Amino acid sequence: MLEKVVKKREFTLLVLLVSFTLIISLRSPRFLSIGNFRDILDDTALLAMVAMGQFMVILIGGIDLSVGAGVALTGMSVALLHQYHPEIPIFAIVLLAILIGFSLGSFNGILVSLFRVPPIIVTLGTMGIYRGFVFVVSKGAWVSAHEMSDAFKNLPRGGFLGVSNLLFVTILCVIIFAIFLGYTRAGRELYAVGGNETASRYVGINLKKTKYLAFMLTGGLCGLAGLLWVARYASAQSDTALGFNLQTIAACVVGGVSFFGGSGTVLGVALGALFLGIVNNALTQLRISPFWQMGLQGLIVLVAVIINTIMEKRT
Amino acid sequence: MRSTEKMPIWRILMQWEAILFFMLVTVIVVNSKLSPYFLDLNNILRTTFNFMEKGIIVLPMMFIIISRDIDISVAGIIALSSCFMGLASQHLGAGTPALIFIGLLTGLSAGIFNGLIITKIGIPAIAVTLAGLFLFRGIAYVILGDMAVTTYPESFAYLGQGCIGNTRIPFELVLFIILAIIFGIVLHKTTYGLNLFAIGNNSTAARFFGINVNRIRFLNFALIGLLSGLASVLLTSRIGSTRPNIATGWELEIITITVLGGVYIFGGAGNILGVVIAIFMVGLARFGMSLINVPGIVMNIAMGFLLIIAILLPDSLRELQRKILTKQQQR
Repeated sequence: MLEKVVKKREFTLLVLLVSFTLIISLRSPRFLSIGNFRDILDDTALLAMVAMGQFMVILIGGIDLSVGAGVALTGMSVALLHQYHPEIPIFAIVLLAILIGFSLGSFNGILVSLFRVPPIIVTLGTMGIYRGFVFVVSKGAWVSAHEMSDAFKNLPRGGFLGVSNLLFVTILCVIIFAIFLGYTRAGRELYAVGGNETASRYVGINLKKTKYLAFMLTGGLCGLAGLLWVARYASAQSDTALGFNLQTIAACVVGGVSFFGGSGTVLGVALGALFLGIVNNALTQLRISPFWQMGLQGLIVLVAVIINTIMEKRT
Repeated sequence: MRSTEKMPIWRILMQWEAILFFMLVTVIVVNSKLSPYFLDLNNILRTTFNFMEKGIIVLPMMFIIISRDIDISVAGIIALSSCFMGLASQHLGAGTPALIFIGLLTGLSAGIFNGLIITKIGIPAIAVTLAGLFLFRGIAYVILGDMAVTTYPESFAYLGQGCIGNTRIPFELVLFIILAIIFGIVLHKTTYGLNLFAIGNNSTAARFFGINVNRIRFLNFALIGLLSGLASVLLTSRIGSTRPNIATGWELEIITITVLGGVYIFGGAGNILGVVIAIFMVGLARFGMSLINVPGIVMNIAMGFLLIIAILLPDSLRELQRKILTKQQQR
């Protein structure tokens, strides 16, 4: 039993996270403070949310390069709507954001499932399209803090018992998707399709529906994250969430998700996101130039993928 | 199954290359309506400066996609090569030949790095080159930060800005044409090219036939690295400066052009003629959009749709052709 737990990727990650935290806190004492940890968790929340979507797409053997642009487009759309029609209640905006996300994801999903275009090509294309539309709807302008109401800005920041709404929503999403992927039929079908497409067709799984579902749900998560993103940072701009694609993919592969599809867990992905959040925070705490961030993330993805592949080959 | 009979005219017109050619003509007509100066030969020659570097990377990308791989790290390689050239020029005062050498060597090394990880460890090319895109550009950011290098020697400018002798024919255009001819011959007339198609169609079968699949895939990645380095030399020379964000987002356009040129995204099919027409079509279309001041980020909408249409359209055309053929046979 103990051996089984120790061998799990989630356990390895947890050990890695704790030792990493201890090493950094030796160099920078503020790192261990409760305030800083709350920052890390809040910063990680958005990443974890979208990474779960990315996880579902990688699970079926695909990849979604449009998540960053999807976050930006939803965020910009709802921010503009809120700016010009502040009378619309917040809960309607939340629903609308999820709906916009669903439709962006559905567009990807339809092209992948119905027209059988490879996910990398579809999402490379829609990455350009969605990002372009952010510019078109905003005409290149920003929506900044003073154009948003306090209720809007407090949506992710408010909270109770010291837990922000943002973190609360993310934890709720993690639980829902952990149950969905682990214990529901539709969720298990995602694993089956990614594990062996031909076999899953023979046992009667609707491949088109399953693939569409993965992309649609990813879109919905991007939509929700887009709203929370612009509200949290109190600004929506054309380059919102630029480079977010790699971070979500990094969270997945660090969390033990295989690029070949069919394996990985929601908990692993959430811990992977936390790992990236801690690394990013540590860079700031140790006063390392932010220019290191991009290269370091590329390196993390590369190393994680290499480790995953070697481990898979051994078993 | 190609019959030697004369093809009916509608079948020739429905060939993908013919459709591409019509698209190219349409773009030229629209452009000349937008600007009366466009149809001037010197102007057309000058506009080729804007897309020859991309065209040079499209050629090896054709090899990669035909053999059912993908490389999205090319723009990162451009940034890294340009960055090292900038360092050599700024701190060592390197001359033009040394700069070219450094640019090519950096590109080649990055390509070899990708190729080794993909073939030796057996990791999907998407994962490795996606990480590579950020790793390579990330190194450029670490080295340069928010600085720019502009201290290139005067003779270096010829590569990206110069023309052949006293003519108005750009050096870049000539270089591209020579490379396109070489790539065309390798693809269509050599065993190497044949092997690319074999690997793309069925890599397991290709391996059983004694083709060293991984060696060829490795060579493809080394090659695209080398040519990305070359594109970096030309681009750096043309704009005369290096910033870490150089060539951001080029992978979208390069892959779009390759697929639009008729290279089958699932591998195993493609030809040089379609790809070359696609390079000029997209290049001139982009130029046309810049004539009416369309911002680059909005052009990406067009590129994105073009990429998806380029994959959907040939499929539906094939379907249509089959329907017409079966109808004729029934008669």
